[in-house]
Amino acid sequence: MASRIMDVIANALNLITSAFDAPTGAIIFGVPIDGHLMLEALLVMVIVFQLTKKSHKPPKKPLTEKEIDELCDEWVPEPLTSDSTEETMIEPPTLESAAGPHVIVDGKDVVNFASANYLGLVGNKNVIDSCVGSLEKYGVGSCGPRTFYGTMDVHLDCEARIAKLIGMPDCALYSYGFCTIFSVIPAFSKKGDIIVADEGVHWAVQNGLDLSRSTVFYFKHNDMKSLEAILEKINSRIKEPEKVRRYIVVEAIYQNSGQIAPLNEMVRLKEKHKFRIILDESHSFGVLGNSGRGLAEYCGVPNEKIDIITAGMGNALATDGGLCTGSVGVVNHQRLMSSAYLFTASLPPYLASAAIGALEYLEANPSVLTKLRANIAFLLKELSDVSGLATVSHPLSPIIFLKLKKSTGSNKTDMHLLDSITNQVLKEHSVLIVTTKRSSLDKCPLPLGLRLFVSASHSESDLAKAAASLKKVAAVAFS
Amino acid sequence: MVRLPYTTALTTLFSYGLLFVFGQLRDFFRKLLGWIRKPKDQLKGYAPICLGLEDFYVRRLYLRIQDCFGRPIASAPDSWFDVVERCSNDNNKTLHRTEKTSRCLNLGSYNYLGFAAADEYCTPRVIQSLKEYSASTCSTRVEGGTTKLHVELEELVARFVGKEAAILFGMGYVTNSALIPCIIGKGGLIISDSLNHNSIVNGARGSGATVRVFQHNTPSHLEEVLREQIAEGQPRTHRPWKKIIVIVEGIYSMEGELCKLPEIIAVCKKYKAYTYLDEAHSIGAVGKSGRGVCELLGVDPADVDIMMGTFTKSFGSCGGYIAASKEIIQYLKFSCPAHLYATSMSPPAVQQVISAIKVILGEDGSSRGAQKLARIRENSNFFRSELQKMGFEVLGDNDSPVMPIMLYNPAKIPAFSRECLQQNVAVVTVAFPATPLLLARARICISASHTREDLIKALEVISKVGDLIGVKYFPAEPPKHLNQGHNKLE
Repeated sequence: MASRIMDVIANALNLITSAFDAPTGAIIFGVPIDGHLMLEALLVMVIVFQLTKKSHKPPKKPLTEKEIDELCDEWVPEPLTSDSTEETMIEPPTLESAAGPHVIVDGKDVVNFASANYLGLVGNKNVIDSCVGSLEKYGVGSCGPRTFYGTMDVHLDCEARIAKLIGMPDCALYSYGFCTIFSVIPAFSKKGDIIVADEGVHWAVQNGLDLSRSTVFYFKHNDMKSLEAILEKINSRIKEPEKVRRYIVVEAIYQNSGQIAPLNEMVRLKEKHKFRIILDESHSFGVLGNSGRGLAEYCGVPNEKIDIITAGMGNALATDGGLCTGSVGVVNHQRLMSSAYLFTASLPPYLASAAIGALEYLEANPSVLTKLRANIAFLLKELSDVSGLATVSHPLSPIIFLKLKKSTGSNKTDMHLLDSITNQVLKEHSVLIVTTKRSSLDKCPLPLGLRLFVSASHSESDLAKAAASLKKVAAVAFS
Repeated sequence: MVRLPYTTALTTLFSYGLLFVFGQLRDFFRKLLGWIRKPKDQLKGYAPICLGLEDFYVRRLYLRIQDCFGRPIASAPDSWFDVVERCSNDNNKTLHRTEKTSRCLNLGSYNYLGFAAADEYCTPRVIQSLKEYSASTCSTRVEGGTTKLHVELEELVARFVGKEAAILFGMGYVTNSALIPCIIGKGGLIISDSLNHNSIVNGARGSGATVRVFQHNTPSHLEEVLREQIAEGQPRTHRPWKKIIVIVEGIYSMEGELCKLPEIIAVCKKYKAYTYLDEAHSIGAVGKSGRGVCELLGVDPADVDIMMGTFTKSFGSCGGYIAASKEIIQYLKFSCPAHLYATSMSPPAVQQVISAIKVILGEDGSSRGAQKLARIRENSNFFRSELQKMGFEVLGDNDSPVMPIMLYNPAKIPAFSRECLQQNVAVVTVAFPATPLLLARARICISASHTREDLIKALEVISKVGDLIGVKYFPAEPPKHLNQGHNKLE
């Protein structure tokens, strides 16, 4: 049995071998083709065919209309606003008269430390008269953006006046102080540029940094060593320094802490590492310096060294609106690229007249600055021994900032405690002071505290009353 | 919608191409000269503020026609005003004011109801409030900046618009940019109309939510986008969206069109999306009693979740508002940065709005409000139909006081503007980047303070200038209505 199978296999093998070795008679390219070469060629073709065939993938099925309908029916959106308002916000006091050093709230006369009326211009008769003239001539609103007949001669006069005071060639006027900085930063800094900002800057600056889409680094609040370290780190990593714009963004007087930025040191660092400075002087314009020119005058730095200065006019100048100055190139660039300048109506003309009136007053009465400084010094001395609170602001800052000596644990509970103190001070002693507010969108890590805005028109008795009432209430609250 | 004829598109592209080529040539010479002259030492090592072609458009195209933009005026922006003349010694690179002014007809300011100049009811009250509260409160709303006037205006605005509560802001632009990040954040979806205003775009970008765009004023495309987005979920993770907000405007300021509000609200209700309506140009200007697009198109204000508006256009003041349900407004008063950190609205401006709304509602004891509303409707419809009869390509819907006239070619922009100014009519011309590159236009804003004679004079001037520069793209109707008029007189 086995031998017969072996014979069959041997015969078959012999047949195949002879078929392979038999010359087919075909000669291609001078090489005789034998039978086995045909089989090998067939094998190669089969291999190539298998390799080139695509692997089996299950077909993609797009969602049917019915499935999309089901998904849409199932989807439940969150409510538009979160219900995290279990903490009822204390209603702010409603003023019934002008926000000067004394104001009427609920029929009672209250000493007002909540208005940033540093030069005491609220209620100034000359300013009000020039506003009345402006209202009668121009009406209230300007009814158009700056490019479309919204530019009035008062705007141009105001810009020239401010530029003259600061000592820069030109100035751009914005219609609202809040949006000045968050429109200026994206106009100059774009994606791919680098910004180094102080961690304590206020929300409008933070929003500007977000909108600019640049890479942002934060340095420790008012700490020049931290700033220098970051500048060196950045410069060592940039490959083409002439193609990347770099900015340092700081405030002159910080709203969130009352500190003053050390401009001399900053200018030295900026020149060494080739950065540009954007300085927000909202609370220092009209306050610092011998003639109120701001931080540059106070530090003795020539204005040309600061590239861009912005300021809101809702503080010392007792009007509204914002300004931004710099070299001619800086100002012209803004007039065409800054969104809050182009796409919005211009400043109401009577507010521009109020600004001109305020600047005239400042130029004619530089002694108001000395009075303001004396008031600040007096109040700081009186507040040096309040229980539970410590003053952390600079001795020249018109915002006196008191923070809790020991935090209660979270921002929420701190806020409760501070709100209860200010509420009591208002109800029992008729003095209006405020706590710092923090929006849920604000990323500032600095602690909360109490703020008193000192004005040159506060009398000594006002200041003494404020200090005494705060001491009394704090003693009870922290006992 | 704009119908761009092929020949016009070709000529416009050719003109821009020519300008581009010349601009590049000039840039080349500027670079050459830059190599020859050494750079200033103080700028060495710094990156320039504008690199390369970033400001090419400004330097080579905009500066040539700079005198058509930013014209200063020396009086109130009423129906007639004084335009200050400017001169230039260096080919329009810098412009200097002169002392001369010329009295022109104002077709450019947003003065829909005529409150721009001193008004007999409003101005005395504004001056009174100025003397009482001074020009500014120097404080934020939550600290010491809320006066009785602010509280009164918030209640009045809520009543006027038809919502439960309202909140004020000092500026319209800030209202959008600081509000949208407050109500939506990462994980949310914003669907906005493709031609929305810059403030909405900025607010949407600043919020961190995903932004999608739907074709201008097309509810069917909005529905498609909504279905697709809800089915797919968030990008990459495919988790369901936290919430969806659809943002539209009442009147689009560059097209003059009204929003298709009833259809869009129907779509949003079906897919449970929230709606945000920006009535910057339509509040006070359209609708039988001036209540805006909702009144005109018959939409219940309760169907729109958030209504926003500004006081700059129809009320002759400044500032903006948001009107919504009590819970939303309470939440905003607690967390919106523009309410917590920004200086409160100037008290005289608040008083101006209060007085203007009282006039519109007739609560001042006269019928001036109703007269103004009727007049602006008549004026807009008359002007638009006359322009269309003359053969101009005018965009926009009936009843809308904004009417753009298409110009297209870049050279026609300064030609139209300068010729009209010579004949004492002040118009506004808009080009790139506020409009698409090929679709430059002149935009006319009608006011209730324009009289019939003013409009007829404007029509004559525009017709003459239109013939001169060739912008009558459509065939004109023969003036048979004049003959009919003559027959009637005889």
